[in-house]
Amino acid sequence: MKRFFGFVKKEFFHIIRDPRTLVILFGIPIVEIMLFGYVITNELKDIPVAVLDKSGDEVTVEIQNKIYSSGFFLRGGNLYSEKEIEKAFRKGHIKQVIVFEADFSEKLEKEGTAHIELITDASDANTASMIVSYTNAIIQDYMSYRNRQLQMPLQINVETRMQYNPELKGSYMFVPGTMALILMLISAMMTSISIAREKELGTMEILLVSPLNPLQIVLGKVAPYFGLSIINAITIVTLGNLVFGVPINGSIVLLMTLVMLFILMALSLGLLISTVAKSQQQAMFLSMFVLMLPTILLSGFIFPIENMPWLLQVLANIMPPKYFIIILKNIMLKGTGFEYVWKETLILIGMTVVFIGLSVKKFKIRLE
Amino acid sequence: MESISIHIDDVSKTYANGEGISNISLSVKRGELVGLIGPDGAGKTTILRIITTLLLADKGMAMVEGFDCHKQYKNVRRIIGYMPGRFSLYQDLTVEENLKFFATIFGTTIEENYELIRPIYSQIEPFKNRRAGALSGGMKQKLALSCSLIHKPSVLILDEPTTGVDAVSRREFWEMLKGIKEKDIAILVSTPYMDEASLCDRVALMQDGKIMQIGTPAHITSQFAHTLYSVKSENMYAILKSLRTYPLVHSVFPFGQKLHLTLKTGDAADAKHFLQTQGFEEVTIEQIVPNIEDCFMELMSSKKTEV
Amino acid sequence: MNTREVIIDVENLVKKFGSFVANDHLTFQVYKGEIFGFLGANGAGKTTAIRILCGLSTPTAGKIWVAGFDAFHQTEQIKRNIGYMSQRFSLYDDLTVAENIAFYGGIYGMSRKEIKEKTEVLLNKLEFSSQKNKLISDLPLGWKQKLAFSVAIFHNPKIVFLDEPTGGVDPITRRSFWDLIYEAAENGITVFVTTHYMDEAEYCNRVSIMVDGKIAALDTPEGLKNAWNANNMDEVFLKITRKL
Repeated sequence: MKRFFGFVKKEFFHIIRDPRTLVILFGIPIVEIMLFGYVITNELKDIPVAVLDKSGDEVTVEIQNKIYSSGFFLRGGNLYSEKEIEKAFRKGHIKQVIVFEADFSEKLEKEGTAHIELITDASDANTASMIVSYTNAIIQDYMSYRNRQLQMPLQINVETRMQYNPELKGSYMFVPGTMALILMLISAMMTSISIAREKELGTMEILLVSPLNPLQIVLGKVAPYFGLSIINAITIVTLGNLVFGVPINGSIVLLMTLVMLFILMALSLGLLISTVAKSQQQAMFLSMFVLMLPTILLSGFIFPIENMPWLLQVLANIMPPKYFIIILKNIMLKGTGFEYVWKETLILIGMTVVFIGLSVKKFKIRLE
Repeated sequence: MESISIHIDDVSKTYANGEGISNISLSVKRGELVGLIGPDGAGKTTILRIITTLLLADKGMAMVEGFDCHKQYKNVRRIIGYMPGRFSLYQDLTVEENLKFFATIFGTTIEENYELIRPIYSQIEPFKNRRAGALSGGMKQKLALSCSLIHKPSVLILDEPTTGVDAVSRREFWEMLKGIKEKDIAILVSTPYMDEASLCDRVALMQDGKIMQIGTPAHITSQFAHTLYSVKSENMYAILKSLRTYPLVHSVFPFGQKLHLTLKTGDAADAKHFLQTQGFEEVTIEQIVPNIEDCFMELMSSKKTEV
Repeated sequence: MNTREVIIDVENLVKKFGSFVANDHLTFQVYKGEIFGFLGANGAGKTTAIRILCGLSTPTAGKIWVAGFDAFHQTEQIKRNIGYMSQRFSLYDDLTVAENIAFYGGIYGMSRKEIKEKTEVLLNKLEFSSQKNKLISDLPLGWKQKLAFSVAIFHNPKIVFLDEPTGGVDPITRRSFWDLIYEAAENGITVFVTTHYMDEAEYCNRVSIMVDGKIAALDTPEGLKNAWNANNMDEVFLKITRKL
């Protein structure tokens, strides 16, 4: 055990001593999440919004004025019946319809609560959810302004309905996607590079000739990066939540447990790469091509898997990030529990076992 | 037999490109310093790697302290100290951290075996907080040696520890090896520098994957079959070219500011006479005792003519 | 001797890295056609000085002329007039003998015809013609080194810098390598060489020994041995580097 900790300590020294590694480890996740966050969530401006105002009193007009004067939305015309909603969307330029119930202000005053329905075109899921949250914020803002003058707080119930893509597929996808990408890269690439570096330096020869067994070397290499990757995962989730408002609806404990599983999977993949790579450069290229590109292209992160040709769909099925993204999406966005992700979890566990088994088997106790 | 520490018998190993070593037999006793001497590509590293369990021989047997280097590699790894070619240190760790690391992976501490490494480590201890990457070549070499000794191995294997190191550091290094040898450790060291042969108890002269000759330096030089002369004059290059045209010459090689000459027949007077006919007046020719390098070259050329 | 043409003229060369003085007021001259040994312990500043003389690094201060060009401003001209070979880098392993030669000839702007003719001559001289289309990686080390040297002087430079050219080579090949060096010197090429083999130092016309960034001694091997009362260069080197 002491040998093992001595080894881990040494690995930490390597990481801390090399400013470049540190930047890769902690800088890249932040940069990526910001990049993906801002690239995908483009700024909301002049979104055409129509109104179906069944009450037409001063409160609904006031709310409409607030929404239209915010600068985010454009007047997309007034509708007069539910039937027109579908038509308005079909024409294509309307992105949202705001429906005020009848006798809005009366209900608000007498019952203390009134309903607004937001119907949003969710074919562009990401924009849709932003439209909703912006509209919502404006309404809440209006209410808190009204409520300041009152003792009994009034309440407007906002009900959201997504047209065309009710499950909001693709929305907030960048957080699960980026997380999968970064954990994959950091964990797998860093471990494979650090083992390759020992080979290059010739220190691997000494380690092999020492009484350390392969498992100790392998675990000693993996442990520090496991810790660091967890820190990264936390950073990403927190950034996503604070900066981009990505929710964590499910259990955080479950989320972190499965994140650790994925990290373990990525680390074992890194080990496997390192048993093949002879130099740091090779390890780097292998990680890039074997891990990064498939993660971006085939995991459903950016391109929906359903739309791919069947061959790519088959390929996508053997990409670990695909399952991780499904898990993340379920837990973070939908707030579902383990009963909905056990299948994916099982697949990831299976992959991890295979990778670890292969790399311990392939790890050479001798030079070639 | 009791004191034999490293023993390899009829070991062969061929690489994919056809190079390798063939039929190598060699043994090192406890407290003995044996040198593998030969140029790059002679197969020195291959032999050392087979002994350190890093490579498997195709044929033959390698034993360290009675343990088989193939089947009992774990036992061998526990008792062997190894310094690979290139100083394999962690450049980004400090001197002390490097030493500590190697101590822990062998399950020991610096304090426990300090006595053994003291003569070497004390020289670099003032710099113990400096990163290994910032050390000079000589200091790196001392640190690498300390690291390979930290677990008190009974066998020390050094692969070209003095290559690329200046003459002074090289000399110091050999003095350190002498000290280690006295602790009853068997040392096998490879080097391309012929002049280091005289510092070994026994040497194996290697070329093209074979041991050409093995024995004490004195024994090897006594086996030199020719009378060796040194030739000294003003214009060495001209005299060298001229001697190469002399039919009686068996071999002629420059050695520093002299030439070393052997003749097929005849003696110094004949050679001197020949040179005078060629217009070289001021020539001193005297008989000298051959060194290892003379023997090495003689062995190389006789092997070539055999083929 | 001093009437000979000076090809490298160094006066008070200083090179600092921050506060560290790697070359501390070096002053020396190298004559045309001379074999000049440049010795020193590891870290004494040899490599730094060679880099400056090759135009790869700018000196901090001093007057340095290499092949008639100023090492501060005319590094491009310097590079065109020198050849360089080191133990570490010499030829491309994955190119053939002929391709390597053609590549270096091309770098120095030689015409295709000229390259072809000189390649023939070179390979014949080295008795290499049969190996013309072999990959460098398939050649024994000694051959590689000889070829690397020949390539370094292929464009007929005024000076050739050799950085430990014979490391790890067997003693016979090492000597035939020195034959090539002598021949180049006879053809008027100045040879500037570093080595860890002290017997090789004796093959040089003159030898300088650097200690801690300074030139501690500079003379013929004979002169050095007399001055330090030593039997060979090994002793000279030891006495100089240990005393200072």
